[in-house]
Amino acid sequence: LFFSGLSRIFWLSMRTVYDASDVQRTIETLVDRLAVAFSPASPLNIIGIRTRGEILAQRLALALASRGFSRIGRGVLDVTLYRDDLSEIGPKPMVRPTEMNIDINAHPLLLVDDVLFTGRSIRAAMDALSDFGRPAAVRLAVLVDRGGRELPIQADFVGLKLPDVPGDYRVNVKLGEIDGRDEILVEPRT
Amino acid sequence: MPHDKLHPPPADTRKAPAATLAWTRKHLLTLESLSAAELEYLLNTAQSFREVSTRSIKKVPALRGRVVVNAFFEDSTRTRTSFSLAASRLSADVIDFSEKGSSVSKGETLVDTARNIEAMGVDVIVLRHPASGAAEVLARSVKCSVVNAGDGAHEHPTQGLLDLYTIRERFGKIAGLKVAIVGDIANSRVARSNLWGLKKLGAEVILVGPPTLLPRAFESLGARCVHDFDSIVSQVDVINMLRVQFERIRTSQFPSVREFTRLFGLTTERFARCKKDVFVMHPGPMNRGIEIGSNIADGPNSGILTQVTNGLAVRMAVLYLVSNATAETQRR
Repeated sequence: LFFSGLSRIFWLSMRTVYDASDVQRTIETLVDRLAVAFSPASPLNIIGIRTRGEILAQRLALALASRGFSRIGRGVLDVTLYRDDLSEIGPKPMVRPTEMNIDINAHPLLLVDDVLFTGRSIRAAMDALSDFGRPAAVRLAVLVDRGGRELPIQADFVGLKLPDVPGDYRVNVKLGEIDGRDEILVEPRT
Repeated sequence: MPHDKLHPPPADTRKAPAATLAWTRKHLLTLESLSAAELEYLLNTAQSFREVSTRSIKKVPALRGRVVVNAFFEDSTRTRTSFSLAASRLSADVIDFSEKGSSVSKGETLVDTARNIEAMGVDVIVLRHPASGAAEVLARSVKCSVVNAGDGAHEHPTQGLLDLYTIRERFGKIAGLKVAIVGDIANSRVARSNLWGLKKLGAEVILVGPPTLLPRAFESLGARCVHDFDSIVSQVDVINMLRVQFERIRTSQFPSVREFTRLFGLTTERFARCKKDVFVMHPGPMNRGIEIGSNIADGPNSGILTQVTNGLAVRMAVLYLVSNATAETQRR
């Protein structure tokens, strides 16, 4: 209790708002690292996790394409049906379609999500992927890593690494395509 | 029972929920009790489940470890198979129970049978029963979820939903469409579920049949009742031909098969007067040559097999939603 109180005080002194230019810069950092890690001439499948991971994946794919990556495959996963914590996250999220019209076998695959927290949606995404095929390797890129893992899962590419955010805070990633503007907010859960 | 702070009156379940609707119903008993928003939510969820059946591994772990019992007290091929397949695509365990060869033939009541099945740790009972209201009775007597797979002449909600889904898929909308439901309306649970669903989503429903099989009482449910098929055949967007249910019809209601076909069958001649893009549906099983001509059932305007395909997605959505409805939610 003492330590969680300490971390709360520590947290309140931290930055809680990242604006559009911060988000932009964070994504560019991610793209830089991806461009080094993968080869432009080889196939790379980029799969976003609904909802904001889908948009991030789209942005990363476009940015990589403009850097000469010519063999990018794209897909979208809805992991709701693979989650193990449905009874714990309150109102059930709407199940939305998964779009995997590509062959994911034998090529590297990049999973993209907005926030990495417990690791449970990534576990669910990996379970879902195994129903579609066997990629040569699966890598994970996230815009924000907020700590708080409940599973042995880590991201390979992290845009913004926050020190462990207390569980009663929410890291809210907003993206222009659906939220009107780019922004990252760290706010108390309501 | 008087209502006070500890015992508030039950919420009005028909009130349309907010836009960010979460599914809270633990049973699916009727379409009459669902709001338009809930119907849309179900149809949208079904759309997501369509994709699962297109994968090479046609299975998701959503209901792993859950048990679904198909309790069918009436014959059925399509509905039972569809529910079984839907449950197994969600990774649930499926048990088929039928009246024949069970203790029901020894005189056990429906509720006792169901409670015994439930005592084995069942999560969902899918019930098909010849008595109207059977699913409702069962839902009140068991703790698990109940899905109505047809109760007498009352409702067949998943058939209604798959018809709505198929119409929406074909036209991109439901509101504003003119839908004719033709044949033995009085004995049809499919007609009732369709009527409720279509009205809630804004379609115009025309019921067509001989006066003996189409009582005027249906007008009070918001449908137009017509005894002359030819008078509306050229105006409608969708024609849903019902099966002539020989097992339910008393002979006095029904003069002869030939006369029925001549007046209310979708024959080649009658079909020629329909709109060019009219959508022809039938809940099955078809009496070819009686209510529907073979060439029409198999023709390009027919959505009959699409209905069956969509039925699977709709039933996956229903099983998924009812079994995940939160425990704290009050019953229906």
